[in-house]
Amino acid sequence: MIETDNLTRLYGDIVAVAGISFRVEPGQVLGFLGPNGAGKSTTMKMLAGFLAPSAGSAKVCGHDVETEPLAAKRTLGYLPEGAPSYGEMSVREFLQFIVRMRRIDPEQRRRRLHEVIGRLQLERVLEQPIDTLSKGFKRRVGLAQAIVHDPKVLILDEPTDGLDPNQKHEVRGLINAMARERTIVISTHLLEEVHAVCNRVVIIAHGRLLADATPAELEARSRYHGAVSFSAVSSLAAREALERLPVVESVEVDPLDGRITVFPRQGRQILGDVQALLAAQGIRITEIQLERGRLDEVFRRITTGPAAEAAA
Amino acid sequence: MSAMFGVFRREFASYFATPVAYVFIVIFLLLSGALTFYMGDFYERGQADLQPFFQFQPWLYLFLVPAVAMRLWAEERKSGTIELLLTLPVTMTQAVLGKFLAAWAFVAIALALTFPIWLTANYLGQPDNGAILAGYLGSLLMAGAFLAIGSCLSATTRSQIVAFILTVTTCFLFLLAGFPLVLNFFRSFLPQALVDGIASLSFLAHFAAIAKGVLDLRDLLFFALVIGFWLYAGALLLDLKKAD
Repeated sequence: MIETDNLTRLYGDIVAVAGISFRVEPGQVLGFLGPNGAGKSTTMKMLAGFLAPSAGSAKVCGHDVETEPLAAKRTLGYLPEGAPSYGEMSVREFLQFIVRMRRIDPEQRRRRLHEVIGRLQLERVLEQPIDTLSKGFKRRVGLAQAIVHDPKVLILDEPTDGLDPNQKHEVRGLINAMARERTIVISTHLLEEVHAVCNRVVIIAHGRLLADATPAELEARSRYHGAVSFSAVSSLAAREALERLPVVESVEVDPLDGRITVFPRQGRQILGDVQALLAAQGIRITEIQLERGRLDEVFRRITTGPAAEAAA
Repeated sequence: MSAMFGVFRREFASYFATPVAYVFIVIFLLLSGALTFYMGDFYERGQADLQPFFQFQPWLYLFLVPAVAMRLWAEERKSGTIELLLTLPVTMTQAVLGKFLAAWAFVAIALALTFPIWLTANYLGQPDNGAILAGYLGSLLMAGAFLAIGSCLSATTRSQIVAFILTVTTCFLFLLAGFPLVLNFFRSFLPQALVDGIASLSFLAHFAAIAKGVLDLRDLLFFALVIGFWLYAGALLLDLKKAD
Protein backbone atom coordinates (compact mmCIF):
# COMPACT_ATOMS: atom_id res chain seq x y z
CA MET A 1 0.00 0.00 0.00
CA ILE A 2 1.15 3.53 -0.77
CA GLU A 3 -0.17 6.60 0.93
CA THR A 4 0.90 10.18 0.32
CA ASP A 5 -0.29 13.23 2.14
CA ASN A 6 0.28 16.65 0.64
CA LEU A 7 3.56 15.43 -0.83
CA THR A 8 5.62 18.42 -1.98
CA ARG A 9 9.03 18.89 -3.50
CA LEU A 10 10.84 22.08 -4.40
CA TYR A 11 14.02 22.47 -6.43
CA GLY A 12 15.24 25.82 -5.25
CA ASP A 13 12.31 28.10 -6.01
CA ILE A 14 10.77 25.80 -8.56
CA VAL A 15 7.85 23.74 -7.36
CA ALA A 16 8.15 20.29 -8.91
CA VAL A 17 5.44 18.59 -6.89
CA ALA A 18 2.84 20.76 -5.20
CA GLY A 19 0.96 18.89 -2.52
CA ILE A 20 -0.14 15.57 -3.99
CA SER A 21 -2.26 13.23 -1.90
CA PHE A 22 -3.38 9.78 -2.98
CA ARG A 23 -3.61 6.22 -1.80
CA VAL A 24 -2.97 3.03 -3.71
CA GLU A 25 -4.25 -0.31 -2.41
CA PRO A 26 -2.95 -3.81 -3.11
CA GLY A 27 -4.37 -5.11 -6.37
CA GLN A 28 -4.34 -1.69 -7.94
CA VAL A 29 -2.14 -0.72 -10.84
CA LEU A 30 -1.96 3.04 -10.80
CA GLY A 31 -0.92 4.78 -13.98
CA PHE A 32 0.82 8.12 -13.55
CA LEU A 33 0.12 10.32 -16.55
CA GLY A 34 1.30 13.80 -17.24
CA PRO A 35 3.25 15.92 -19.67
CA ASN A 36 7.04 16.00 -19.43
CA GLY A 37 8.12 17.96 -16.38
CA ALA A 38 4.78 17.45 -14.65
CA GLY A 39 6.38 15.97 -11.55
CA LYS A 40 5.84 12.26 -12.22
CA SER A 41 9.44 11.18 -11.78
CA THR A 42 9.98 13.48 -8.81
CA THR A 43 6.97 11.95 -7.07
CA MET A 44 8.25 8.45 -7.77
CA LYS A 45 11.71 9.37 -6.51
CA MET A 46 10.17 10.50 -3.25
CA LEU A 47 8.12 7.30 -2.94
CA ALA A 48 11.25 5.25 -3.56
CA GLY A 49 13.13 7.15 -0.86
CA PHE A 50 15.69 8.76 -3.17
CA LEU A 51 14.57 12.35 -2.70
CA ALA A 52 13.33 13.70 0.58
CA PRO A 53 9.97 15.50 0.43
CA SER A 54 10.15 19.25 1.05
CA ALA A 55 6.80 19.00 2.81
CA GLY A 56 4.09 16.43 3.37
CA SER A 57 4.71 12.72 3.77
CA ALA A 58 4.65 9.41 1.96
CA LYS A 59 4.20 5.94 3.42
CA VAL A 60 4.99 2.62 1.82
CA CYS A 61 3.29 -0.35 3.53
CA GLY A 62 2.86 1.86 6.60
CA HIS A 63 6.53 2.87 6.75
CA ASP A 64 7.19 6.58 6.41
CA VAL A 65 9.84 7.13 3.74
CA GLU A 66 11.62 9.72 5.87
CA THR A 67 11.48 8.30 9.38
CA GLU A 68 11.77 4.59 8.48
CA PRO A 69 13.59 4.70 5.14
CA LEU A 70 15.15 1.24 5.34
CA ALA A 71 11.89 -0.51 6.19
CA ALA A 72 10.14 1.32 3.36
CA LYS A 73 12.91 0.51 0.88
CA ARG A 74 12.85 -3.17 1.82
CA THR A 75 9.20 -3.55 0.88
CA LEU A 76 9.46 -1.91 -2.51
CA GLY A 77 10.98 -2.58 -5.86
CA TYR A 78 11.93 0.45 -7.93
CA LEU A 79 12.82 0.91 -11.57
CA PRO A 80 14.36 4.40 -11.93
CA GLU A 81 13.82 6.38 -15.10
CA GLY A 82 16.06 5.07 -17.87
CA ALA A 83 16.67 1.79 -16.00
CA PRO A 84 20.24 2.57 -14.86
CA SER A 85 22.52 -0.32 -14.00
CA TYR A 86 26.24 -0.94 -13.58
CA GLY A 87 27.42 -1.34 -17.17
CA GLU A 88 30.67 -3.15 -16.47
CA MET A 89 28.94 -5.96 -14.58
CA SER A 90 27.48 -8.98 -16.27
CA VAL A 91 23.74 -9.51 -15.88
CA ARG A 92 24.38 -12.36 -13.46
CA GLU A 93 26.81 -10.36 -11.31
CA PHE A 94 24.45 -7.42 -11.23
CA LEU A 95 21.46 -9.48 -10.11
CA GLN A 96 23.60 -11.25 -7.53
CA PHE A 97 24.64 -7.86 -6.18
CA ILE A 98 20.98 -6.90 -5.88
CA VAL A 99 19.95 -10.07 -4.03
CA ARG A 100 22.83 -9.62 -1.61
CA MET A 101 21.86 -6.02 -0.97
CA ARG A 102 18.24 -7.10 -0.57
CA ARG A 103 19.38 -9.69 1.96
CA ILE A 104 17.47 -12.55 0.44
CA ASP A 105 18.27 -15.83 2.27
CA PRO A 106 21.08 -17.68 0.55
CA GLU A 107 18.75 -20.67 0.17
CA GLN A 108 16.11 -18.61 -1.61
CA ARG A 109 18.56 -16.63 -3.72
CA ARG A 110 19.06 -19.32 -6.31
CA ARG A 111 15.33 -19.89 -6.66
CA ARG A 112 14.50 -16.17 -6.91
CA LEU A 113 17.26 -15.51 -9.43
CA HIS A 114 16.17 -18.48 -11.49
CA GLU A 115 12.59 -17.23 -11.45
CA VAL A 116 13.26 -13.63 -12.58
CA ILE A 117 15.82 -14.70 -15.15
CA GLY A 118 13.23 -17.01 -16.64
CA ARG A 119 10.42 -14.51 -16.37
CA LEU A 120 12.34 -11.77 -18.17
CA GLN A 121 14.05 -14.17 -20.56
CA LEU A 122 17.57 -13.18 -19.64
CA GLU A 123 19.16 -16.64 -19.96
CA ARG A 124 20.81 -15.81 -23.24
CA VAL A 125 22.64 -12.70 -21.97
CA LEU A 126 23.47 -13.74 -18.40
CA GLU A 127 27.24 -13.60 -18.81
CA GLN A 128 27.34 -10.47 -20.98
CA PRO A 129 28.38 -7.08 -19.60
CA ILE A 130 25.26 -4.93 -19.33
CA ASP A 131 26.94 -2.21 -21.41
CA THR A 132 26.89 -4.46 -24.43
CA LEU A 133 23.16 -5.23 -24.27
CA SER A 134 20.40 -3.75 -26.41
CA LYS A 135 18.03 -1.20 -24.93
CA GLY A 136 15.32 -3.81 -24.55
CA PHE A 137 17.54 -6.15 -22.58
CA LYS A 138 18.81 -3.31 -20.38
CA ARG A 139 15.24 -2.43 -19.54
CA ARG A 140 14.49 -6.04 -18.71
CA VAL A 141 17.56 -6.21 -16.46
CA GLY A 142 16.20 -3.11 -14.70
CA LEU A 143 12.84 -4.78 -14.25
CA ALA A 144 14.52 -7.94 -13.00
CA GLN A 145 16.34 -6.06 -10.23
CA ALA A 146 13.07 -4.37 -9.25
CA ILE A 147 11.14 -7.62 -8.76
CA VAL A 148 13.83 -10.08 -7.70
CA HIS A 149 12.92 -9.83 -4.00
CA ASP A 150 9.21 -10.27 -4.73
CA PRO A 151 8.27 -6.85 -3.31
CA LYS A 152 4.79 -5.91 -2.13
CA VAL A 153 5.05 -2.51 -3.76
CA LEU A 154 6.43 -1.81 -7.23
CA ILE A 155 7.30 1.61 -8.56
CA LEU A 156 8.19 1.60 -12.23
CA ASP A 157 9.20 4.81 -13.97
CA GLU A 158 8.42 4.37 -17.68
CA PRO A 159 8.86 0.60 -17.71
CA THR A 160 8.27 0.19 -21.45
CA ASP A 161 10.10 3.27 -22.73
CA GLY A 162 12.29 2.37 -25.69
CA LEU A 163 10.98 -1.16 -26.12
CA ASP A 164 9.68 -2.53 -29.38
CA PRO A 165 5.99 -3.53 -29.60
CA ASN A 166 6.66 -7.18 -28.79
CA GLN A 167 8.76 -6.29 -25.77
CA LYS A 168 6.13 -3.82 -24.61
CA HIS A 169 3.58 -6.57 -24.82
CA GLU A 170 5.76 -8.87 -22.73
CA VAL A 171 6.41 -6.27 -20.05
CA ARG A 172 2.72 -5.43 -19.80
CA GLY A 173 1.95 -9.10 -19.46
CA LEU A 174 4.48 -9.27 -16.66
CA ILE A 175 2.93 -6.32 -14.85
CA ASN A 176 -0.54 -7.80 -15.20
CA ALA A 177 0.67 -11.13 -13.87
CA MET A 178 2.15 -9.46 -10.80
CA ALA A 179 -0.73 -7.11 -10.18
CA ARG A 180 -3.02 -9.33 -8.17
CA GLU A 181 -1.66 -8.93 -4.64
CA ARG A 182 0.74 -6.09 -5.15
CA THR A 183 0.55 -2.36 -5.21
CA ILE A 184 1.97 -1.08 -8.47
CA VAL A 185 2.60 2.46 -9.66
CA ILE A 186 3.81 3.04 -13.21
CA SER A 187 4.45 6.24 -15.07
CA THR A 188 4.00 6.41 -18.79
CA HIS A 189 3.48 8.66 -21.78
CA LEU A 190 1.62 5.98 -23.64
CA LEU A 191 -2.13 6.14 -23.35
CA GLU A 192 -2.54 2.67 -24.81
CA GLU A 193 -0.51 1.41 -21.87
CA VAL A 194 -3.14 2.73 -19.52
CA HIS A 195 -5.68 0.44 -21.16
CA ALA A 196 -3.33 -2.48 -21.17
CA VAL A 197 -2.26 -2.50 -17.52
CA CYS A 198 -3.82 0.16 -15.30
CA ASN A 199 -7.03 -0.05 -13.35
CA ARG A 200 -6.63 3.47 -12.08
CA VAL A 201 -5.22 6.65 -13.58
CA VAL A 202 -3.82 9.76 -11.96
CA ILE A 203 -3.13 12.74 -14.18
CA ILE A 204 -0.72 15.38 -12.94
CA ALA A 205 0.46 18.61 -14.51
CA HIS A 206 2.55 21.40 -13.00
CA GLY A 207 3.00 19.26 -9.91
CA ARG A 208 -0.70 19.05 -9.10
CA LEU A 209 -3.07 16.15 -9.19
CA LEU A 210 -5.75 17.01 -11.74
CA ALA A 211 -7.62 13.76 -12.14
CA ASP A 212 -7.91 10.44 -10.32
CA ALA A 213 -10.21 7.92 -11.96
CA THR A 214 -10.46 4.56 -13.71
CA PRO A 215 -9.58 4.50 -17.40
CA ALA A 216 -13.27 3.95 -18.22
CA GLU A 217 -14.32 6.96 -16.15
CA LEU A 218 -11.78 9.10 -17.93
CA GLU A 219 -13.01 7.90 -21.30
CA ALA A 220 -16.53 8.81 -20.30
CA ARG A 221 -15.33 12.41 -19.94
CA SER A 222 -14.39 12.47 -23.60
CA ARG A 223 -16.72 14.19 -26.05
CA TYR A 224 -16.32 11.06 -28.15
CA HIS A 225 -17.86 8.90 -25.42
CA GLY A 226 -20.94 7.21 -26.92
CA ALA A 227 -20.39 8.77 -30.33
CA VAL A 228 -20.89 6.64 -33.42
CA SER A 229 -18.49 6.83 -36.31
CA PHE A 230 -18.72 5.13 -39.69
CA SER A 231 -17.46 5.22 -43.23
CA ALA A 232 -20.11 5.46 -45.92
CA VAL A 233 -19.97 5.33 -49.67
CA SER A 234 -21.75 8.66 -50.10
CA SER A 235 -21.42 10.69 -46.96
CA LEU A 236 -23.12 13.96 -47.83
CA ALA A 237 -26.68 12.62 -47.93
CA ALA A 238 -26.12 10.73 -44.70
CA ARG A 239 -24.91 13.82 -42.91
CA GLU A 240 -28.04 15.88 -43.40
CA ALA A 241 -30.38 13.08 -42.41
CA LEU A 242 -28.37 12.40 -39.27
CA GLU A 243 -28.36 16.00 -38.16
CA ARG A 244 -32.15 15.96 -38.11
CA LEU A 245 -32.27 13.07 -35.60
CA PRO A 246 -33.48 14.36 -32.19
CA VAL A 247 -30.91 12.34 -30.19
CA VAL A 248 -28.03 13.75 -32.19
CA GLU A 249 -26.11 16.78 -31.00
CA SER A 250 -23.83 17.28 -34.00
CA VAL A 251 -22.20 15.53 -36.91
CA GLU A 252 -18.60 15.93 -38.00
CA VAL A 253 -16.92 14.78 -41.18
CA ASP A 254 -13.23 14.08 -41.21
CA PRO A 255 -11.89 16.16 -44.10
CA LEU A 256 -9.18 13.63 -44.86
CA ASP A 257 -10.93 10.29 -45.14
CA GLY A 258 -14.58 11.38 -45.12
CA ARG A 259 -15.32 9.39 -41.97
CA ILE A 260 -18.45 10.61 -40.24
CA THR A 261 -18.69 10.93 -36.46
CA VAL A 262 -22.12 11.42 -34.88
CA PHE A 263 -22.16 12.93 -31.37
CA PRO A 264 -25.09 12.14 -29.07
CA ARG A 265 -26.99 14.64 -26.95
CA GLN A 266 -26.00 14.46 -23.28
CA GLY A 267 -26.39 10.90 -21.98
CA ARG A 268 -28.26 9.47 -24.97
CA GLN A 269 -27.59 6.15 -26.71
CA ILE A 270 -27.60 6.66 -30.46
CA LEU A 271 -26.16 3.57 -32.08
CA GLY A 272 -29.60 1.98 -32.73
CA ASP A 273 -31.09 5.19 -34.10
CA VAL A 274 -28.14 5.83 -36.39
CA GLN A 275 -28.19 2.31 -37.75
CA ALA A 276 -31.96 2.42 -38.33
CA LEU A 277 -31.70 5.72 -40.16
CA LEU A 278 -28.86 4.55 -42.36
CA ALA A 279 -30.81 1.42 -43.25
CA ALA A 280 -33.99 3.43 -43.97
CA GLN A 281 -32.11 5.82 -46.24
CA GLY A 282 -30.40 2.97 -48.00
CA ILE A 283 -26.93 4.35 -47.24
CA ARG A 284 -24.28 1.69 -47.62
CA ILE A 285 -21.68 1.73 -44.91
CA THR A 286 -18.41 -0.11 -45.05
CA GLU A 287 -17.79 -0.10 -41.31
CA ILE A 288 -19.34 1.34 -38.13
CA GLN A 289 -18.02 1.81 -34.60
CA LEU A 290 -19.33 2.87 -31.18
CA GLU A 291 -16.68 5.07 -29.58
CA ARG A 292 -15.68 4.51 -25.93
CA GLY A 293 -14.06 7.88 -25.69
CA ARG A 294 -10.56 9.02 -26.48
CA LEU A 295 -8.03 9.19 -23.66
CA ASP A 296 -5.66 11.39 -25.65
CA GLU A 297 -8.35 14.02 -26.00
CA VAL A 298 -9.22 13.85 -22.29
CA PHE A 299 -5.56 13.97 -21.39
CA ARG A 300 -5.01 17.05 -23.52
CA ARG A 301 -8.06 18.79 -22.14
CA ILE A 302 -7.11 18.09 -18.51
CA THR A 303 -3.45 19.00 -18.85
CA THR A 304 -3.96 22.15 -20.89
CA GLY A 305 -7.38 23.21 -19.66
CA PRO A 306 -8.37 25.85 -17.08
CA ALA A 307 -7.52 23.59 -14.12
CA ALA A 308 -4.01 23.07 -15.42
CA GLU A 309 -3.55 26.76 -16.03
CA ALA A 310 -4.71 27.52 -12.51
CA ALA A 311 -2.17 24.99 -11.23
CA ALA A 312 0.59 26.65 -13.24
CA MET B 1 26.95 -4.24 8.07
CA SER B 2 26.20 -6.72 5.30
CA ALA B 3 24.82 -3.88 3.16
CA MET B 4 28.12 -2.06 3.51
CA PHE B 5 29.96 -5.21 2.60
CA GLY B 6 27.71 -5.61 -0.45
CA VAL B 7 28.63 -2.10 -1.63
CA PHE B 8 32.29 -2.77 -0.87
CA ARG B 9 32.32 -6.01 -2.81
CA ARG B 10 30.69 -4.56 -5.91
CA GLU B 11 32.91 -1.50 -5.92
CA PHE B 12 36.07 -3.47 -5.37
CA ALA B 13 35.23 -5.92 -8.17
CA SER B 14 34.44 -3.01 -10.49
CA TYR B 15 38.07 -1.85 -10.33
CA PHE B 16 39.16 -5.13 -11.83
CA ALA B 17 36.33 -5.36 -14.37
CA THR B 18 38.24 -3.03 -16.68
CA PRO B 19 41.96 -2.73 -17.46
CA VAL B 20 42.09 0.46 -15.36
CA ALA B 21 43.11 -1.41 -12.21
CA TYR B 22 46.00 -3.18 -13.88
CA VAL B 23 47.18 -0.03 -15.63
CA PHE B 24 47.07 1.82 -12.32
CA ILE B 25 49.01 -0.85 -10.46
CA VAL B 26 51.67 -1.12 -13.14
CA ILE B 27 52.17 2.64 -13.30
CA PHE B 28 52.25 2.90 -9.53
CA LEU B 29 54.87 0.18 -9.24
CA LEU B 30 57.01 1.52 -12.09
CA LEU B 31 56.98 5.04 -10.73
CA SER B 32 57.62 3.87 -7.16
CA GLY B 33 60.61 1.90 -8.35
CA ALA B 34 61.97 4.61 -10.60
CA LEU B 35 61.67 7.31 -7.96
CA THR B 36 63.19 5.13 -5.26
CA PHE B 37 66.16 3.83 -7.20
CA TYR B 38 67.01 6.75 -9.47
CA MET B 39 65.90 9.90 -7.73
CA GLY B 40 66.10 8.53 -4.20
CA ASP B 41 69.65 7.19 -4.52
CA PHE B 42 68.54 3.99 -2.85
CA TYR B 43 71.91 2.28 -3.43
CA GLU B 44 74.23 5.23 -3.22
CA ARG B 45 73.07 6.23 0.25
CA GLY B 46 74.46 3.01 1.60
CA GLN B 47 71.72 2.73 4.23
CA ALA B 48 69.39 -0.23 4.55
CA ASP B 49 66.06 1.52 4.99
CA LEU B 50 63.09 2.58 2.86
CA GLN B 51 63.40 6.33 3.31
CA PRO B 52 64.01 6.94 -0.41
CA PHE B 53 60.87 4.93 -1.13
CA PHE B 54 58.60 6.67 1.34
CA GLN B 55 59.83 10.18 0.70
CA PHE B 56 58.33 10.25 -2.80
CA GLN B 57 55.05 8.61 -1.95
CA PRO B 58 53.10 11.76 -1.11
CA TRP B 59 53.89 13.10 -4.60
CA LEU B 60 53.03 9.87 -6.28
CA TYR B 61 49.75 9.72 -4.41
CA LEU B 62 49.00 13.31 -5.32
CA PHE B 63 48.21 12.24 -8.89
CA LEU B 64 47.43 8.57 -8.65
CA VAL B 65 45.05 8.46 -5.70
CA PRO B 66 42.66 11.11 -7.10
CA ALA B 67 42.54 8.94 -10.24
CA VAL B 68 41.25 6.08 -8.12
CA ALA B 69 38.82 8.26 -6.18
CA MET B 70 37.37 10.31 -9.05
CA ARG B 71 34.96 7.66 -10.20
CA LEU B 72 33.56 6.82 -6.78
CA TRP B 73 30.46 9.02 -6.98
CA ALA B 74 30.85 11.01 -10.19
CA GLU B 75 30.29 7.88 -12.23
CA GLU B 76 27.24 6.91 -10.17
CA ARG B 77 25.81 10.34 -10.85
CA LYS B 78 26.56 10.26 -14.54
CA SER B 79 25.11 6.83 -15.18
CA GLY B 80 22.15 7.37 -12.84
CA THR B 81 23.01 4.32 -10.77
CA ILE B 82 23.17 6.57 -7.71
CA GLU B 83 19.38 6.39 -7.75
CA LEU B 84 19.48 2.63 -7.90
CA LEU B 85 22.07 2.32 -5.15
CA LEU B 86 20.43 4.73 -2.72
CA THR B 87 16.97 3.19 -3.11
CA LEU B 88 18.31 -0.20 -2.08
CA PRO B 89 18.02 -0.85 1.66
CA VAL B 90 21.34 0.78 2.51
CA THR B 91 22.07 3.84 4.63
CA MET B 92 24.13 6.73 3.32
CA THR B 93 26.86 5.90 5.84
CA GLN B 94 27.05 2.31 4.62
CA ALA B 95 27.18 3.39 0.98
CA VAL B 96 29.89 6.02 1.54
CA LEU B 97 31.98 3.75 3.77
CA GLY B 98 31.59 0.71 1.54
CA LYS B 99 32.80 2.59 -1.51
CA PHE B 100 35.63 4.31 0.35
CA LEU B 101 36.88 1.06 1.85
CA ALA B 102 36.82 -0.60 -1.57
CA ALA B 103 38.99 2.16 -3.03
CA TRP B 104 41.27 1.99 -0.01
CA ALA B 105 41.62 -1.76 -0.27
CA PHE B 106 42.53 -1.34 -3.92
CA VAL B 107 45.28 1.17 -3.10
CA ALA B 108 46.42 -1.12 -0.27
CA ILE B 109 46.94 -3.90 -2.79
CA ALA B 110 48.97 -1.62 -5.05
CA LEU B 111 51.04 -0.55 -2.04
CA ALA B 112 51.55 -4.13 -0.88
CA LEU B 113 52.88 -5.03 -4.31
CA THR B 114 55.87 -2.77 -3.69
CA PHE B 115 57.22 -5.53 -1.40
CA PRO B 116 60.20 -6.27 -3.71
CA ILE B 117 61.71 -2.97 -2.57
CA TRP B 118 61.44 -4.16 1.00
CA LEU B 119 62.95 -7.50 0.04
CA THR B 120 65.82 -5.69 -1.65
CA ALA B 121 66.56 -3.68 1.48
CA ASN B 122 66.53 -6.88 3.55
CA TYR B 123 68.79 -8.62 1.06
CA LEU B 124 71.31 -5.81 1.09
CA GLY B 125 71.42 -5.15 4.79
CA GLN B 126 69.56 -5.30 8.08
CA PRO B 127 66.91 -2.58 8.00
CA ASP B 128 64.65 -1.82 10.95
CA ASN B 129 61.61 -3.75 9.78
CA GLY B 130 59.46 -2.25 12.51
CA ALA B 131 60.17 1.20 11.13
CA ILE B 132 59.37 -0.01 7.61
CA LEU B 133 56.07 -1.43 8.78
CA ALA B 134 55.28 1.90 10.41
CA GLY B 135 56.17 3.61 7.14
CA TYR B 136 53.77 1.41 5.24
CA LEU B 137 51.06 2.11 7.79
CA GLY B 138 51.62 5.85 7.49
CA SER B 139 51.61 5.61 3.73
CA LEU B 140 48.33 3.72 3.76
CA LEU B 141 46.80 6.24 6.13
CA MET B 142 47.85 9.12 3.92
CA ALA B 143 46.40 7.37 0.89
CA GLY B 144 43.18 6.98 2.88
CA ALA B 145 43.13 10.71 3.61
CA PHE B 146 43.59 11.50 -0.10
CA LEU B 147 40.86 9.03 -0.98
CA ALA B 148 38.45 10.53 1.54
CA ILE B 149 39.03 13.96 0.00
CA GLY B 150 38.51 12.43 -3.43
CA SER B 151 35.34 10.65 -2.35
CA CYS B 152 33.86 13.89 -1.06
CA LEU B 153 34.77 15.95 -4.13
CA SER B 154 33.66 13.19 -6.48
CA ALA B 155 30.24 13.46 -4.85
CA THR B 156 29.92 17.07 -5.98
CA THR B 157 30.00 16.49 -9.73
CA ARG B 158 28.96 14.25 -12.60
CA SER B 159 32.32 14.69 -14.30
CA GLN B 160 35.21 12.49 -13.31
CA ILE B 161 37.67 14.99 -14.80
CA VAL B 162 36.32 17.78 -12.62
CA ALA B 163 36.47 15.47 -9.61
CA PHE B 164 40.07 14.61 -10.44
CA ILE B 165 41.22 18.21 -10.79
CA LEU B 166 39.41 19.35 -7.64
CA THR B 167 40.91 16.48 -5.70
CA VAL B 168 44.47 17.02 -6.93
CA THR B 169 44.24 20.71 -6.06
CA THR B 170 42.82 20.10 -2.60
CA CYS B 171 45.31 17.35 -1.85
CA PHE B 172 48.13 19.61 -3.00
CA LEU B 173 47.01 22.30 -0.56
CA PHE B 174 46.88 19.78 2.27
CA LEU B 175 50.27 18.35 1.39
CA LEU B 176 51.91 21.74 1.41
CA ALA B 177 49.86 23.25 4.21
CA GLY B 178 53.00 23.64 6.33
CA PHE B 179 55.04 25.34 3.62
CA PRO B 180 55.52 29.05 2.94
CA LEU B 181 53.85 28.72 -0.47
CA VAL B 182 50.51 28.06 1.18
CA LEU B 183 51.04 29.78 4.50
CA ASN B 184 52.07 33.13 2.99
CA PHE B 185 48.84 33.20 1.05
CA PHE B 186 46.74 32.67 4.17
CA ARG B 187 48.93 34.96 6.26
CA SER B 188 47.85 37.86 4.08
CA PHE B 189 44.31 37.81 5.46
CA LEU B 190 44.12 35.41 8.44
CA PRO B 191 45.28 35.93 12.05
CA GLN B 192 48.44 34.06 13.06
CA ALA B 193 46.55 31.57 15.24
CA LEU B 194 44.55 30.34 12.26
CA VAL B 195 47.64 30.23 10.08
CA ASP B 196 49.30 28.02 12.68
CA GLY B 197 46.20 25.85 12.62
CA ILE B 198 46.50 25.47 8.86
CA ALA B 199 50.19 24.69 9.18
CA SER B 200 49.37 21.82 11.54
CA LEU B 201 47.13 20.28 8.88
CA SER B 202 50.09 19.51 6.66
CA PHE B 203 50.01 15.92 5.45
CA LEU B 204 53.73 16.02 4.79
CA ALA B 205 54.61 16.93 8.37
CA HIS B 206 52.44 14.14 9.80
CA PHE B 207 53.60 11.62 7.26
CA ALA B 208 57.29 12.44 7.61
CA ALA B 209 57.23 11.40 11.26
CA ILE B 210 55.52 8.08 10.58
CA ALA B 211 57.70 7.36 7.55
CA LYS B 212 60.77 7.58 9.79
CA GLY B 213 59.21 4.87 11.92
CA VAL B 214 57.94 7.12 14.68
CA LEU B 215 54.40 6.03 15.40
CA ASP B 216 52.91 8.93 17.30
CA LEU B 217 49.29 8.50 18.29
CA ARG B 218 48.68 12.13 17.34
CA ASP B 219 49.74 11.53 13.75
CA LEU B 220 47.56 8.43 13.48
CA LEU B 221 44.67 10.31 15.00
CA PHE B 222 45.25 13.18 12.59
CA PHE B 223 44.81 10.98 9.54
CA ALA B 224 41.85 9.18 11.08
CA LEU B 225 40.17 12.53 11.74
CA VAL B 226 40.89 13.79 8.23
CA ILE B 227 39.36 10.64 6.75
CA GLY B 228 36.34 10.84 9.04
CA PHE B 229 35.79 14.52 8.32
CA TRP B 230 35.91 14.25 4.54
CA LEU B 231 33.76 11.14 4.41
CA TYR B 232 31.17 12.80 6.60
CA ALA B 233 31.25 15.93 4.43
CA GLY B 234 30.81 13.73 1.36
CA ALA B 235 27.77 12.02 2.85
CA LEU B 236 26.24 15.40 3.69
CA LEU B 237 26.88 16.70 0.18
CA LEU B 238 25.35 13.61 -1.38
CA ASP B 239 22.26 14.01 0.74
CA LEU B 240 21.95 17.68 -0.19
CA LYS B 241 22.72 17.39 -3.86
CA LYS B 242 21.04 14.11 -4.74
CA ALA B 243 18.61 15.80 -7.09
CA ASP B 244 21.24 17.44 -9.30
